[in-house]
Parts: sequence; C-alpha cells; structure tokens
Amino acid sequence: MPPVLSKPTEQPMETTVNTTAEGRPDFISIRDFSFFYGKKQALFDISLDIPERQVTAFIGPSGCGKSTLLRNLNRMNDLIDGIRHSGDIVVNGRSIYDPHIEVISLRKRVGMVFQKSNPFPKSIYENVVYPLRVSGQNKKSVLDETVERSLQGAALWDEVKDRLHESGLSLSGGQMQRLCIARAIANRPEILLMDEPCSALDPIATVKVEELIRELKQEFTIVIVTHNMQQATRCSDRTAFFYLGKLVEFDETPKIFSNPAQKQTEDYITGRFG
Amino acid sequence: MRDTDTKDLELTRTLAAPGEPFVWLTAMGLALGLIMVVGLLGVIVANGLPVFWPSKIVEVHLKPGVKNPLPNSGGTLTGEIVQTREKRIPVLSATGDKIEDQTEVQIFVGNKDVNGSGFVFLNNSDIASISEPRGIYRLERMEYGIAFAYPKSLQLADGTSLPADSPAFTQTLTRLDAESAARRREIEKIEKHDIGAINSRITQLRAKGKGSPESLKEIAALDADYQLLAAKARELRAIQSAAALIYTTPNGIERRLPVGELVAFTLPNTLVFNQKLGLFFHNIWNFLTLDPREANTEGGIFPAIFGTFVMTLLMSLAVVPFGVVAAIYLREYAKQGLAVRAVRIAVNNLAGVPSIVFGVFGLGFFVYFVGASIDSTFFGEYLPTPTFGTGGILWAAATLALMTVPVVIVATEEALAAVPRGMREGSLSCGASKWQTIQRIILPASLPGILTGLILAMARGAGEVAPLMLVGVVKLAPSLPIDGAFPFVHLERKFMHLGFHIYDLGFQSPDSEAAKPMVFATTLLLILLVVVLNLAAILIREKLRKRYATGAF
Ligand SMILES: Nc1ncnc2c1ncn2[C@@H]1O[C@H](COP(=O)(O)OP(=O)(O)O)[C@@H](O)[C@H]1O
Ligand SMILES: [Mg+2]
Repeated sequence: MPPVLSKPTEQPMETTVNTTAEGRPDFISIRDFSFFYGKKQALFDISLDIPERQVTAFIGPSGCGKSTLLRNLNRMNDLIDGIRHSGDIVVNGRSIYDPHIEVISLRKRVGMVFQKSNPFPKSIYENVVYPLRVSGQNKKSVLDETVERSLQGAALWDEVKDRLHESGLSLSGGQMQRLCIARAIANRPEILLMDEPCSALDPIATVKVEELIRELKQEFTIVIVTHNMQQATRCSDRTAFFYLGKLVEFDETPKIFSNPAQKQTEDYITGRFG
Repeated sequence: MRDTDTKDLELTRTLAAPGEPFVWLTAMGLALGLIMVVGLLGVIVANGLPVFWPSKIVEVHLKPGVKNPLPNSGGTLTGEIVQTREKRIPVLSATGDKIEDQTEVQIFVGNKDVNGSGFVFLNNSDIASISEPRGIYRLERMEYGIAFAYPKSLQLADGTSLPADSPAFTQTLTRLDAESAARRREIEKIEKHDIGAINSRITQLRAKGKGSPESLKEIAALDADYQLLAAKARELRAIQSAAALIYTTPNGIERRLPVGELVAFTLPNTLVFNQKLGLFFHNIWNFLTLDPREANTEGGIFPAIFGTFVMTLLMSLAVVPFGVVAAIYLREYAKQGLAVRAVRIAVNNLAGVPSIVFGVFGLGFFVYFVGASIDSTFFGEYLPTPTFGTGGILWAAATLALMTVPVVIVATEEALAAVPRGMREGSLSCGASKWQTIQRIILPASLPGILTGLILAMARGAGEVAPLMLVGVVKLAPSLPIDGAFPFVHLERKFMHLGFHIYDLGFQSPDSEAAKPMVFATTLLLILLVVVLNLAAILIREKLRKRYATGAF
C-alpha cells in the first residue's frame, strides 16, 4: 500500500461529507500527457488539473480520445497490447506510474462506471461487495453495512432492499447501471470515473443517474465523459472539450457553454459538427 | 431495355436470392444424418431388446427323409426359433445352373451338454410342421447355459423323491431354487469377500512382516480362520448338490441337475402376456445387476457397467482440471504470438492421433514408468508382483484423459474468450487482480462452455476400446474397482468395460452365435450409459447457464 494515499476504508465519512470547504484544485493533475495505441497517437500533450470533489465533464466528438484519457486515470488501458505514453498523471501528489504503486491499489482508489453496464452474474449483494471481497474483507457486518450505504448512495436501495439475493442481471437497464455505480463506490474510492454512463439508458433512468452524480460529488471527485451537452451543463462544474486527441478548452462549465474562448468549442456546442 | 432488366432481376430473386436450393441442401444433409443415427439405434434396439423377451419353445417336425442335425432325435427338434432369413444358393440342374432363394430357420436348441452346439439351421422346406409342446421347462443353469427339459422328479436331500406330476412339485422346486440362490450368495460372500480379505492380509504380512514372530503368529491365526471359512463353504457346496432335479431332454436322455446348478426355471409355453412382461423386466434387471457367467455369454454385465462408469468419472476428474488450467494459461497469461499459435495447433492435432497410439503411450509412460516407479518406492515389499506397475483403472483413466484433453482445452479457451470484455474490466476496475478476476468472474461464467468440452470428452472417452486393452481392461475382473474392502477405492485394479465386453463377446467368444444378441444388448447399454452421463452434464450446464447468464438489456 502506498504511504501517501490513505486506505479508503480508514477515511471517516464526516470529512468527506463536509463539502463547503474547497478541495485541492489539482487533485488529479495531468501533465503533458500523450498516449499511443501502437503507432497511432490518440492523445497529444494534454495538461489538465481536475479539482477535488467536483464534477469534471469531458466532451468532444466521437474518437477524440475522451475514453482513452479517462481509462488512463485508473490505468485500465494497461490491458491493451502495444500501448505507450509520455508525460505524467499525478493523483493527490503522487504519479500513478510510480513503480512503487501497484496498479491494483490505484484501482481500489478509483472507481469506474462503464458505458455499457456490466454487473457480474452474481446476486445484487455480491455485486456490491465485490470490491471488498477482492480486498479480503469478508466480515458480514462490514459487508452488510457497505451494501446498504452503497445502494443508498446509488439511489437503488429502496428498489432492491427486499431482493438483495436475486441476480444482478434481473434488474432493468437503469437499475443495472445504478448497481454498477453502487459497486464502484462500495470501497469508498476517492475518484469516480464515468464513461458515458447514461448513453444506454432511457430518459427517466438518465435523470436519476444525473441526480445521483450531483449527490455523489459531495463525497467523490467525479470525471464524466458525455456526449450530451445538456447533461454536461446540468451536472458538471468544469468542462473539458477535446478535439482529435487534443485538449481545446477547459473551464468552468457555464463559461464553456455561454462564452467559449475557442471557435471550435463554439461550433461543437452549437451543433455545427460532432 | 428497362423491361428486360427488371425481368432478369425478378428471375434471380426467385431462384438465387432466397437461396432455396441451399436451404434444401442443408436440410437434406441433416435428414441424412438423422436417418443414419436413427437407423443405427433402431438396429441396435431391435436386436438387443428381444433378448430379454421370453419366447415360446417349439417342436419342429421334419419331413421324412430329412437328416436331423441333432443326434438321436428322430424326426423332431425342440427349441426356440431365433430368426428366419433368406439365403441364396446355387442350384445345379439339367436345364442350367440357377440361383434359388431359400428360407432358413435358426433354432436355439440349448442343452449344450447333450447336443454339443446350441444352434441349428434348417431349411424351411424341410420342415413338415411346428407344434408347441406342453409341460416343457426352460432351465437356466450355472453351466452349459439353457436346457429345455421335461422334468421327471425331484430328488430331495433326505433321500425321498417327488414325482413331477405331484401337485407340490412346482412349489417345491421354486423353494429349492430360492434356497440355493441364497446359499450361492453366501458361498460367494465367504469365498470372495471373507477369504479374499484374509488372503490379502496374509500377503501383506508375508511381505511386510519379514518373518517376525508376531507376523507369523498372526498368519497362523488367519490361517485358522481361513480353514474355518473354507470348511463352511465346502459344507454349503455339499448342500447345494444334495437335492437335484431329474429331467429328460427332448431327445429322451435323462439328466440329473443339482439344485445348486439351477439359476432359474420357467414354463415359457404357459406364460400369459403379463407374466411375459414381468419376465422381460426381470431379465433386464438380471442383465444389469448380475455378474457374467460362462465366458461372459450368460448372466449379467454389472462389472462392465460399473467399470465403464467409474473409469469415465475418473477420466473426467483428471481431464477437467488439466484442460482448464492449460486453457487458462494459453488464453489469459501466455503472450499471444507464434509460440502460442504453434502450441494451439499441436493441441488440436493431438485430437487426431489414433487412440491406440495413446494406449501405447499410456502403457509405456503410465504403466511401465510411473507405475513401476510408484511400485519400487511404495510397494517394494510386494515385488516382483506389480501393484501400480501393471494396467489398472487409474492408468486407463489417465490415458483417456490425455486423449481427450484437447477437446477440453479448445472448449475452455472458447468459453474464456466469450466472456464479455466489460465483465473483465468491471472486475479489474474494482481492484481485483488478474487471478481474482479469472477465479471469481471468468471461470464461473465459462463453466457452461467447459462442461460442453467435458461432455464431448466423455462421449469420446466412454466409447473408446483400443487404448484400454493395453492399459488395464480385462475380460473378467475378479473384483470391482470400488468395494467394501479397505481402502474402498482400488485404483490399481484391472476392470471390465462395456466397449471391450462388446469386442470380447462378438469376436472372442467360443459361441459367437449365442453371444450375438448380448452384443447388441451391451451396445445398447453402452450408448445408454453415455447418454445418461451426458444428460447429467447437460443438466448441470443448464443450471449454470441460468445462474451465469450474461444478460443484455
Ligand atoms: N484499443 C484500441 N486500440 C487502438 N486504437 C484505439 C483503441 N481504443 C481507441 N482507439 C482509438 O483511439 C482514438 C480515441 O478513442 P476513444 O478514446 O475511444 O474516443 P472517444 O471515447 O472520445 O469516442 C480513436 O481514434 C480510436 O479509434
Ligand atoms: Mg468513448
């Protein structure tokens, strides 16, 4: 376990619920980051500071590298053969590529929600406690407490509290995605990454998840990739606009949407391309 | 111009576009396959099941002047009609040679002790008439198979005699038969089980005790026990032959059959349908549960069923972990490249190696190398008598496991690859290590696919005979691989196998004509066993499929 980063379970709830105090403005700091899939360069010299306990949205046309950048924040891209990067990503003062940090402990501190919901073929209960189980936590009282807290956190508790031992695959699409969110926050990560979490959901489920995002930022630093401009305006504090693997503009969300500095940004948000 | 264009278009649409001919072609292929499978099963069922159905005993009267194939029988033959078949024979005549069709009747005449052979063939044209004699018995004997007999009297143990026409005759015979069956079981228990245990203990003491006083004392005590048991068995045997059935064969020879030699008796010509049905199921039950008699042509085939079952289970236990581990390494850990591709091709080709080659390998590697090493390390005191250094059920299962492992590897690899990527990423993003992900998410989700591999492996392994002949299958195994004697599971023992039993009955038995129906019945049983094992695996798979169904919304 890296010394700089505290164990998530040791982190008391009170300190994170209190949100009026500003968190670190450069909680995640991306520095001159370039990324290659084999010979193909997907990201070009990205520099970006993501503040603590705020929602940061990544927008941009398809294929501009939003997912690639997001998936680098928990080194999910390590699975792919032939990848290469330059530059650095620093989380809470420490590089995630530090050879002394195990990628597993990094991922334990960074929850992730995927575009296509991916509950495990296990019970709802087991889905939520999975991150604890793989960390060796098997105490029933802790698990029970986690299930209730996480499902409540994901606004799913009331709907499933009587059927926790049914399969996670028996839920509706929206419920499954919220189950995945519950799973992602079960181990109390510091950061929550969401890659187009609503793209496969119906409007009602989308509203629920958006409400949830606004709630969750009290506790987590959230980075969300979205295709939906309204969604970015509704739930994010800051927005980064990417185009062809480059960061075009990064600012407060109202500023980006009302008064963008770059012509490309304006074209995109007004729907002239993308 | 325009017109013809559209016409052409329509023509191609009606013919080629819907692919009608190809649909028909595929349907035909399927139909052909089905016909072959159903036909094969039909032949097996049609030939196998009638073995158990009690048939009537007939008296065949030959036309005057026809030579009777049986000695001293005058113009009649008594037995069961097995089949009638067409035969083409060349006939020489003044007007020119020609081929004539003749109908030939095969009759099972039994009484091998008197007649020499159990079957005769007659030309239909030589038969004058056929009648059904009354009061004829069908006796199933421990030796010489079936006898058709007219009972004369019962010689009882106390020296008195009960004539066949007395009213108590049938009842007494039934009672004596039941008693002798009970004694037979008792004798078997003493000789096989009790004396067997003493013998193995004595062998052990001789080998390990190395002549020490205690071991000699125990051997002496055991020897005394042995004498006691042997005396008891002798006594029972004497009782077995005390009472006897006196009967005459259809050709008038008088015989004496000790009740201990009588297995069962029926009066086939007096049976009504319900009784026949009862007898039918009784015969099937006996076939499934009894030990074989008379060079395997009579009695049941229980040891072969049991041996096949245990061997297939052992093979599954060996092949699944081995195949799954190999597939996990190939798919999840090995760097996908030329080397892995080569390994994969090699594995697939392993499936095409003739099974006898695996038998030779099993003999050389498992039996002569591994087995002999085990013997010299753990069972040195019994040498030169081999324990594991000879064919046995363990080595047979290992050999078949090796033969079927490619199937499991290929199926498992495919199942692993089919687990959605999202599921892996979901698990890894929760902070699970790669091994945890494989163990907790990927393996459970690919279990149905792994089971498919196992089903294919079992189907192939259970029906294999050639390699088994080299590594442990025998015509007649003295004891089962699992029994009541410590340590209960005897993996070093030789065993019987249905596939080998079929080969043995059909091609190695002294009276292959008599064994033919048994061959079909055994084949039917082997197929049923494979189906049952497969069904079990399929049921488990369906259960797992429901549990691990990766739902899409
Ligand atoms: N696994 C991969 N291998 C190679 N190229 C990839 C891979 N994933 C994404 N890319 C490429 O990287 C670029 C950025 O992709 P991505 O980050 O998925 O875009 P976005 O999420 O913004 O739509 C695209 O051009 C895409 O084709
Ligand atoms: Mg994307």
